[in-house]
Amino acid sequence: MKTFEEILQILKEKFEGENNIEGHKDGTEDVIQVTPSLIKAVSDFLISEPDLNFDSMILLSGVDDENGEKTTSEDGSFTITGGTLSVYYHLESTTLKHKLVLRISVPREEPVCPSVAMVWRTADWHEREAYDLLGIVFEGHPDLKRILMPYDWEFGYPLRKDYKNPEFYNGMKVPY
Amino acid sequence: MGILDKEFLQDNIVVTNLDAMLRWARVASVWQTTFGLACCAIEMMATSASHYDFDRFGLIPRPSPRQSDLIIISGTVTLKMATRIKRIYEQMPDPKYVISMGSCSNCGGPYWEHGYHVLKGVDRVIPVDVYVPGCPPRPEALLEGLLKLKEKIGNESLIKSA
Repeated sequence: MKTFEEILQILKEKFEGENNIEGHKDGTEDVIQVTPSLIKAVSDFLISEPDLNFDSMILLSGVDDENGEKTTSEDGSFTITGGTLSVYYHLESTTLKHKLVLRISVPREEPVCPSVAMVWRTADWHEREAYDLLGIVFEGHPDLKRILMPYDWEFGYPLRKDYKNPEFYNGMKVPY
Repeated sequence: MGILDKEFLQDNIVVTNLDAMLRWARVASVWQTTFGLACCAIEMMATSASHYDFDRFGLIPRPSPRQSDLIIISGTVTLKMATRIKRIYEQMPDPKYVISMGSCSNCGGPYWEHGYHVLKGVDRVIPVDVYVPGCPPRPEALLEGLLKLKEKIGNESLIKSA
């Protein structure tokens, strides 16, 4: 079993470079922030390194950070430009009994990051969900398509904070 | 129904008119499509199980919409499901009836405002005969709705023009 600090230290030594790996201890849970382009390599390392052995993914979730510039229009709706979308990875080692939370932040205008679906198969459907509801594109995913919304849904990503519901979908009125 | 009010002329022979007989038969056997959507479906299954037993009213779940007279929309109708529900409804032979069970399928329920994925009432895609309120409705409420539907069927005539 390793503590957060020990895991952070191991990762910092393995992935050297400015801002590649950062520890955040200000939230309810300790988070390691990873540069998006490194997430696949970090994941491969975390699962294969015997001292860490993160063999299980509990959860992968997408978040709209809502930290861009808000433009409010007359009807009260708003659009957000700039800022980031984040992906959280909750990992666990079933043999060594330790847990870890990773985070990556990708720009809202081009939310692209490497897929970890081939590292933990749990991530397959979770990445599809994050893609479906927030529009985060996971490169290298074996089958990245919508999972909850209809395949022909063309009105954007519902969990983005500036999402607007359409008036009609396939001839059905959507608002109450 | 009045079918037994008629005169018994001989043993085992009941004299009645065709209209009353058809009505009696239709009211007593409302076959239902096996179809459940969400938590209301659990309550619907409880209603069909031995404790509440809606088989005693002639409701039998059928495995195909083509053999059914009734569909109970038991749960949240998502936009994705709405097109499927419409297709199932269209596969049912006439005369067919719809019971909308629970707040979600009545009007969107708790998803009425922020449910980006929910159809705000199944009556936006198919016609509804009986609305059963509740979240989810108790089996007694569903039975009440069923009896209301039977009342409606009993007042219809396949022979006389309305």
